[in-house]
Amino acid sequence: MFTYILYALAIVGLAVSFFKDRKKTKAALMKAWKAFENILPQLLTVFLILAFALAIFKPETIQTLLGSESGVLGILGAALIGSVTLMPGFVAFPLAAALLKSGAGYMQLAAFVSTLMMVGIITIPVEKKTFGMKATIARNASAFVFSLVVAVVMGVALG
Amino acid sequence: MSEQMKQMQNGRAQSSEQAARTAGKMPNQPMGQKKPFLKRYGAFFLLLIAGVVTGLVLPDLGKIALNNTIDSFKEMLSVLPPIFILLGLLDVWVDRATMIKYTGKGSGFKGVLIAFLLGSAAAGPLYAAFPFAAVMIKKGTSLTNLLIFIGAWSTTKIPMLAFEAASMGPVFTLVRLGLSLVGIPLIAWVTDRVIGQAGREEIIALNEAQEAK
Repeated sequence: MFTYILYALAIVGLAVSFFKDRKKTKAALMKAWKAFENILPQLLTVFLILAFALAIFKPETIQTLLGSESGVLGILGAALIGSVTLMPGFVAFPLAAALLKSGAGYMQLAAFVSTLMMVGIITIPVEKKTFGMKATIARNASAFVFSLVVAVVMGVALG
Repeated sequence: MSEQMKQMQNGRAQSSEQAARTAGKMPNQPMGQKKPFLKRYGAFFLLLIAGVVTGLVLPDLGKIALNNTIDSFKEMLSVLPPIFILLGLLDVWVDRATMIKYTGKGSGFKGVLIAFLLGSAAAGPLYAAFPFAAVMIKKGTSLTNLLIFIGAWSTTKIPMLAFEAASMGPVFTLVRLGLSLVGIPLIAWVTDRVIGQAGREEIIALNEAQEAK
C-alpha cells in the first residue's frame, strides 16, 4: 500500500516537473540514478553478508543478542555499534528490517538506527574541521543520549 | 560474466573519467567523489566468489543464503525507484542558495523551519553535510540553525523517511520523526549552550581561516 503511494508521488512529481522544466527533470533523473549507483556496491555487499549471516545464525541467537529480552545491554550495544559504523540509510533500513524479522527488538533497532544516523565517531575529523572539537563532541554526545531516549519511547510505542 | 571481468579490468580508466564528470556535476557534494570501479565493487565480488564457493561446498546453507539475497533484492527493487526519483526531484528543485539567506541570526522560527527543510531535502551521507555547512557559516547562518540543518540532514531526509516507513513500518517511522522534530532543535540548543559565545566566534574564525588557505 505504502509503496503504491510512493509510486503515485514520484509519478505526479515527475509529471509536474516535466511540464515546468524538461532540463531540470532530466537532471533530477540523472541525480536519482547517480545516488542509486553510489550506494549500490555497499548495498550489494551488505545483502550478501546479511544473507549468509542470517543463514548461519539462528533467529534464537539474534534474539538473545538484540531481542527485546536483551534489554539495556542490547540497547547500549546496538547504540555503540550504530555510533562507530558508517552506513547509508538505504543500506541500514533493509538490514534493520531483516534483523527485525529474525527476532531483534524494536528498542534495540531504534537505538542502532538513530545513532547510526546522528552519531559519527569515525567522521569526527571531518566534523571537527567545520564545527571545532567542542561543538562536535557536544553534538555527538547529546545525539547519543537522544538516541537512547528514542529507543525507550519506541519500546513504549511498539513494545 | 566476461563482460563484468572486462569492466573490472577497465575499471581504472573508466572511473577516472567518471570522477571528473561527477565532480563537475555535483558541486553540492564535494565529498562524493567516486572511487575506481574495482575499489567500489571489489568487496562485493570477493564476497560473491566466497559465497558461491561456500554454496557449492555447503549446498543447504547456500540455498538459504541465495533465497535471502533474492528476497532482499525483490524488496529493494520494488520500493527504491520512486524514492530515488523523489530524491532527485528535491535535489533539483529546492533552491538552496536563496534559502540559506533566510537562516541568519534573528531569523527566528522561519529560520529554524528553513534550516529543517534544507536538511530534509538533501541527498547524501552526513559527512557530505559538513562541507555544505561550512558554506552556510560563511553566508551567515546562525550556529543553532546550522546544527538544526545538520540534524535534519542526518535524520529527517524526506526520501529516507519514505524508505524507513517501507522497511520498518509507519509506526516506527512516525515515532522517530516525532521525536526528531523535538530532539533536533534540542540537540542544537544544547550544543550551542555548551560552546557559548566564545565557541561560536571560534567556529566562524575556524571556517574563515580554512577559506583563506
